[in-house]
Amino acid sequence: MSKHSNILEMRNISKRFPGGVVANNDVTIEVRQGEVHCLLGENGAGKSVLMSILYGLHHASDGEIFLRGEKVKIASPKEARNLRIGMVHQHFMLVPTLTVAQNVILGQYPAGTVLNMIPEVSQKLVELGRRFKLPVDPGALVMDLTVGEQQRVEIIKALYHGADLLIFDEPTAVLTPKEIAGFLDFVRHLRDEGITSIFITHKLDEVIAVADRITVLRDARKIGTVLAAETDPSELARMMVGRDVLMKLGDVRHDVGEVVVKINGLSANNSRGLEALSDVSFDVRAGEIVGIAGVSGNGQSELCLALTGLLESTSGSIQIDGEEIARLLPRGVAEKGVAHVPEDRHKLGVILPFSISENMVIHQFRKEPFSKMGRLLKKNISEYSRALTTEYRVRMRDTEQPIGDLSGGNQQKVVVARELARNPRFAVINQLTRGVDIGAIEFLLKKILEARNKGTAILLVSTELEELFAVCDRILVMSGGRIAGEFDGGRENLEEIGMLMATDVAS
Amino acid sequence: MRYAETIKSLGAPVLAIAIALAFGALLIEVAGFSSVEAYSEMWTGIFGSMRNFSEVLLKATPLILIGAGLAISFRSGVWNIGAEGQFYAGGMVAAVVALQMEGVNAWISIPVILIAASLAGAFWGGIAGFLRARYGASEIVTTIMLNYVAIILTSYLVTGPLMEAQGLFPQSDRFPQETQLPRILSGTRLNIGIYIAIIAAIVSWYIISQSRRGFSMRAVGASPDAARYAGINVNKNIIYSISYSGALAGLAASIELIGVTKRLFQTISPGYGFEGIAVALLANNNPLGAIFSGALFGALRSGAEIMQIGAGVPSVLIFIIQGLVIISVITLGTIRAYRKLRPED
Ligand SMILES: Nc1ncnc2c1ncn2[C@@H]1O[C@H](COP(=O)(O)OP(=O)(O)O)[C@@H](O)[C@H]1O
Ligand SMILES: [Mg+2]
Repeated sequence: MSKHSNILEMRNISKRFPGGVVANNDVTIEVRQGEVHCLLGENGAGKSVLMSILYGLHHASDGEIFLRGEKVKIASPKEARNLRIGMVHQHFMLVPTLTVAQNVILGQYPAGTVLNMIPEVSQKLVELGRRFKLPVDPGALVMDLTVGEQQRVEIIKALYHGADLLIFDEPTAVLTPKEIAGFLDFVRHLRDEGITSIFITHKLDEVIAVADRITVLRDARKIGTVLAAETDPSELARMMVGRDVLMKLGDVRHDVGEVVVKINGLSANNSRGLEALSDVSFDVRAGEIVGIAGVSGNGQSELCLALTGLLESTSGSIQIDGEEIARLLPRGVAEKGVAHVPEDRHKLGVILPFSISENMVIHQFRKEPFSKMGRLLKKNISEYSRALTTEYRVRMRDTEQPIGDLSGGNQQKVVVARELARNPRFAVINQLTRGVDIGAIEFLLKKILEARNKGTAILLVSTELEELFAVCDRILVMSGGRIAGEFDGGRENLEEIGMLMATDVAS
Repeated sequence: MRYAETIKSLGAPVLAIAIALAFGALLIEVAGFSSVEAYSEMWTGIFGSMRNFSEVLLKATPLILIGAGLAISFRSGVWNIGAEGQFYAGGMVAAVVALQMEGVNAWISIPVILIAASLAGAFWGGIAGFLRARYGASEIVTTIMLNYVAIILTSYLVTGPLMEAQGLFPQSDRFPQETQLPRILSGTRLNIGIYIAIIAAIVSWYIISQSRRGFSMRAVGASPDAARYAGINVNKNIIYSISYSGALAGLAASIELIGVTKRLFQTISPGYGFEGIAVALLANNNPLGAIFSGALFGALRSGAEIMQIGAGVPSVLIFIIQGLVIISVITLGTIRAYRKLRPED
């Protein structure tokens, strides 16, 4: 193949941040015209930084970029757009109070001319939508759109501006399983239309489903580029983490202990006042992991919030060791021995500007040895935090740096360490592995198993069935705010669980 | 390492002041005066004599108190714009109490006045805190409204119930001698208020950064949702933090009244409550920093008067320079935040 079939070559790219972090170390990638190229790697491997360099958000410390055969310097996203590069970020950059069409032309043209352009732009968006099988309503307000629809707007915006090299940074992290399937179809369609995509992810099944070629990064270095047709998930996983990935981590147990948690007829409303949880009843026993499977948005969030005192239930009871906790505030619930790894890490789980140490004690700072007579004992707090971060192998500079500096996986390790270190009676764990890389997923699941083996009753809520199969003793399927079925934790029930999840979505 | 960071955190304010003074010089020149002369007069006004310097500290006292209190409120995510009103509330109560202290030992009368005024300021701030906690009313709006209420109430008092016996001026009677705050430098008006202010700033620093209560307040300020998740009572901490800043504003008023003015009148504050916001911002909401930024603003204010007398430069130019200091601080802060987002080598 001649060199010119490469739309993009990034040669020997290095990126050193002030403070010594090396995010890319002599990375070279070649992307062929019209292919779907996956960039695979654990959290913190340097994928986003590499692509940010291509999009002009960061400047490489070393290395060269060749685009369509010509050497280019990309100083800003604007220059990248002029070079027909588009990027869809994980967090969208849309103005919620404007319409789709307004967002598309925002900041692109002189102010006076914009309003007259709207009909023309809308027309073109509809055409583009048809061509790329990406229907959008140009007149809809962005704030009324689902996350999946907003993502479409981001994509069509890039296409509208003529991009033929699209970068997707973990596009599926924010989507529901059904939306993911649609998205993968769409990426294939882009390829048919001659658009080149670079697709960042750390989910192996997605990679196998859409990629033509795959480049794996690990610890800022490139490990290799392989053809999708010639590889398999276990090889990719080995390249990513440098070793084999275990699938079934714990045995399914039936000889579990006494009932710790008794939930009876629990109902609750969501933030819009609609009933989201209807008459849910189940038990969790000591030393047992009960999984909750289901497509997101079927009452799982409300269940977890209600169980931990963050959402007032409308009826029903929750008993821990025979004591009613349904009316308690979060602090009272925590004092009954309930731990909570929340689904929304940035909003609830951590206080981003606080240090790792401070985050480690947000439930316990009122008590000795973390404070005494109203005074924080910072030395003890740091010591405690150092011990836990070492045990959980949190990758960081030191315990006093803001937790916001850490990658998602490392933040989650801090949250899980904090919650399990309290030796809870009952742990509510929602979306443990969201935004977390494979190596850390396995590590965290093992920690959950350890807690189980010590006798904690665990409720593990996840949209990833693999995660549930890896550790659960029992799996409940939730849909429409109800428990739709109960299964043994073995993988043999995969089909049936999947069916139950899917059929109820349709109905 | 701690020290290195402290010095680093001083860098931005110092640079901001330098930039502001440079622009200020330009303005003074444009206005047709000599900037060298103006600044040297100002320098004299600040450091020229013990007396001048004591005036600087006198002006700094309320600014340090208010700035330190607001720093805590801002760190707790409560945008208290009402220190001015809380100052007036404290002033009214200080006056009412002080006027009753004829013949009472100073060891009793002074603490009683200071405490009563602090409570009044805390109450005035607490109203806005309660409205935010209970009904979600924006404290920015309510504190501004409460400013007017307190200022107008003060006018009513000094033209009505508390008006001096002679009935000549809209001011209260002179407070009894027993209430005079002890002076610390003979021949000047400087009193122990400056010590109280510095101690209050240190206590505030301790509360926000070393205490359990401060941990809760900072958590509420950084992320109310996560604070609730952590079992922290968000509403309670909102009320505590705004009441605390109100208490320091009230305390500042009582020190100003029994230390300097000896009477209640309509304009006991030349805008200390608003300048305190700038003091807190320049200190990056660190109560210890408020000691320095309060002193700086006190110096600019005090130096401005001498500059006006000596060089004929209108003292309003100083307010422009103060404004420039704030704009520079905020600009530098924004640049730093931007750099953090996009660290380039
Ligand atoms: N702006 C930044 N400043 C300093 N370090 C950064 C910055 N952005 C990313 N990093 C670090 O660079 C490394 C790679 O990050 P990133 O490319 O985001 O990883 P990922 O592969 O998960 O996308 C991480 O260690 C991260 O902490
Ligand atoms: Mg990333």
